[in-house]
Amino acid sequence: MSTLEIKDLQVSVETEDGPKEILKGVTLTIKDGETHAIMGPNGSGKSTTAYSIAGHPKYTITGGEVLLDGEDVLAMSVDERARAGLFLAMQYPVEVPGVSMANFLRTAKTALDGEAPKLRTWVKDVNGALERMNLDTQFSQRSVNEGFSGGEKKRAEIAQLDLLDPKLAILDEIDSGLDIDALKVVSEGINRFAERDGKGVLLITHYTRILRYVKPDVVHVFVDGRVAESGGPELADELEANGYDKYVKAAAAQA
Amino acid sequence: MTVTDAARDTVAAALESDRVESHLNPPPSYDLADHPLPTGREEVWRFTPLKRLRGLLDGEASTGSLTWDTTIPAGASLTEISPEEARALELAPNERPAALAAELSGSARLVDVPADTRVEEPIVLRLTGGSVDDLVHGRMVYRFGAHSEATVVLVHEGSARYNAISTFLVGDGAKVTVLTLQDWADDAVHLGRDSIRVGRDASVKHASISFGGDVVRLHANVEYAGPGGEAELLGLYYADAGQHLEHRLFADHNAPKTKSNVNYKGALQGTGAHTVWIGNVLIRKVAEGIETYEENRNLVLTDGCQADSVPNLEIETGEIEGAGHASATARFDDEQLFYLKSRGVSETEARRLVLHGFFSELIRKVDVPSLEERLTATVEAELAKTVTSGSSAAALEA
Ligand SMILES: Nc1ncnc2c1ncn2[C@@H]1O[C@H](COP(=O)(O)OP(=O)(O)OP(=O)(O)O)[C@@H](O)[C@H]1O
Ligand SMILES: [Mg+2]
Repeated sequence: MSTLEIKDLQVSVETEDGPKEILKGVTLTIKDGETHAIMGPNGSGKSTTAYSIAGHPKYTITGGEVLLDGEDVLAMSVDERARAGLFLAMQYPVEVPGVSMANFLRTAKTALDGEAPKLRTWVKDVNGALERMNLDTQFSQRSVNEGFSGGEKKRAEIAQLDLLDPKLAILDEIDSGLDIDALKVVSEGINRFAERDGKGVLLITHYTRILRYVKPDVVHVFVDGRVAESGGPELADELEANGYDKYVKAAAAQA
Repeated sequence: MTVTDAARDTVAAALESDRVESHLNPPPSYDLADHPLPTGREEVWRFTPLKRLRGLLDGEASTGSLTWDTTIPAGASLTEISPEEARALELAPNERPAALAAELSGSARLVDVPADTRVEEPIVLRLTGGSVDDLVHGRMVYRFGAHSEATVVLVHEGSARYNAISTFLVGDGAKVTVLTLQDWADDAVHLGRDSIRVGRDASVKHASISFGGDVVRLHANVEYAGPGGEAELLGLYYADAGQHLEHRLFADHNAPKTKSNVNYKGALQGTGAHTVWIGNVLIRKVAEGIETYEENRNLVLTDGCQADSVPNLEIETGEIEGAGHASATARFDDEQLFYLKSRGVSETEARRLVLHGFFSELIRKVDVPSLEERLTATVEAELAKTVTSGSSAAALEA
């Protein structure tokens, strides 16, 4: 099972001139087995939504709720959220010098499962996940994300998704910086995950090209810290043709 | 001022290559009158808590000694030599503790590796002190013949007030690794000076690893006997509450085409943990085509710590291949911790991973297999202290 309910989520960040409101009441529900896409102009609050759900300390929740299978996500620490089944693939994955991918992945898997993975199968699993992302198995010996190219970082995020097997994956611009072959590989990775039982995907993107490979059930348009419109996959095509102008103007008129 | 023959040689050499007066590296002399008791206001002493040296600079004679437990593999030898013999070999002291150690230590010890000899196993000297009441002056010379290869591991344990002068003479084309581990008990006081002369086309790696002791203040100095020499000066330190760990480096590029690479990393935790790193590099006029890089990174794990880090680069020739330095002191990177935690790893474990990563590259570089396990274990034990101590985590959150 995996149902993510975001209800009237309001978030602000600390700035030099005091708190600034970024999310002004985001509401959406991802039902079991669904894939949702979020599109919207720069600065509309897409990453803020993703990071707030994952629990990044920079963001202050000022209102609303986030429930994963009915459990209050916002009351949990960052690692508890991950153990509850949340996974965030970051727009800019962080480098951790001196910590090998192998060590990191084993530590994470152990934390998630409450026991160390079986040595015999684990190495095979790690190598398999890397290979499916067209990453040389040597990557497991490299420091986490250190010196990875932009595209390699994104592929490594999906390799982690494959191995760590959460309930709900939030993918923030996983498609940016990918060449066409990598885009296919990454999309296949997302689809393989989405096809497993009881998974959900929230895909944040600027481009419809990934939506040719990863079919969303629902598309949301984000404008100025809110969901301005939701619809089926055809909404993405409409955005591709006409841009966000209509929604931005409507939001401005309302403000 | 009485200038000894050995010192006169050095001074003459310095004069030849255009003498440089640097208050950070005063001229060598065995005469104690040239090294008055510091007041604490001197540039070279201003970081050091003189009161906590427990009279180690007073010049009190002592017959105290550390217990030596040694492993001398085939090819190497360890002998006792007279003060006169030591003086004929060693690089002269240029500050008070080293001059005192030379004056008061009585006999000295010589580790000798003949030319063209490859000593397979590390030469291990394990020095143990009985109690902080023991006042001990030490004097050592390590001589590595031309084209020899050897590794020396020097371990300091137990407690003492220990003051030592050591000289490493690395022959032409020799390959030498020196690792000193300061694993003292909490109350030990240790002043040490390691001076290294790197022969033509020789390479030396000197690693200084300091965990224990109340006050530890160590010099690692490098100079070159000819062109083509390479020195890698590595350091790893971990200061707990109240500890003072000071490392002072000096790379004297007095010959062309020489290289120095300094890389020290430290972590600090607990109230009053204080580390000092001084990296002095001098590139003399003759030293054309040299390369030098020095780096010091500190990770401050709790409030109430102080990491002083001062790189100094004096350049007298424009004809160099490369010279640079970096110094940084940081707290845990929140983004790194967030990333790890977002994968389910607990706060404690995330900190452990980041710290482990911080030191791991350096431990790999030290590359003394027989000691690696102990080193990793000691780092892990130190890490365990931080990451499990709720107070330090709370201090960080505040
Ligand atoms: N510390 C801060 N001070 C001021 N504004 C901030 C701060 N942090 C974030 N913001 C603002 O919050 C808004 C939302 O940012 P967010 O990263 O969520 O946008 P996004 O929709 O992901 O954009 P993009 O498509 O460019 O990735 C932006 O306007 C950003 O400038
Ligand atoms: Mg974004």
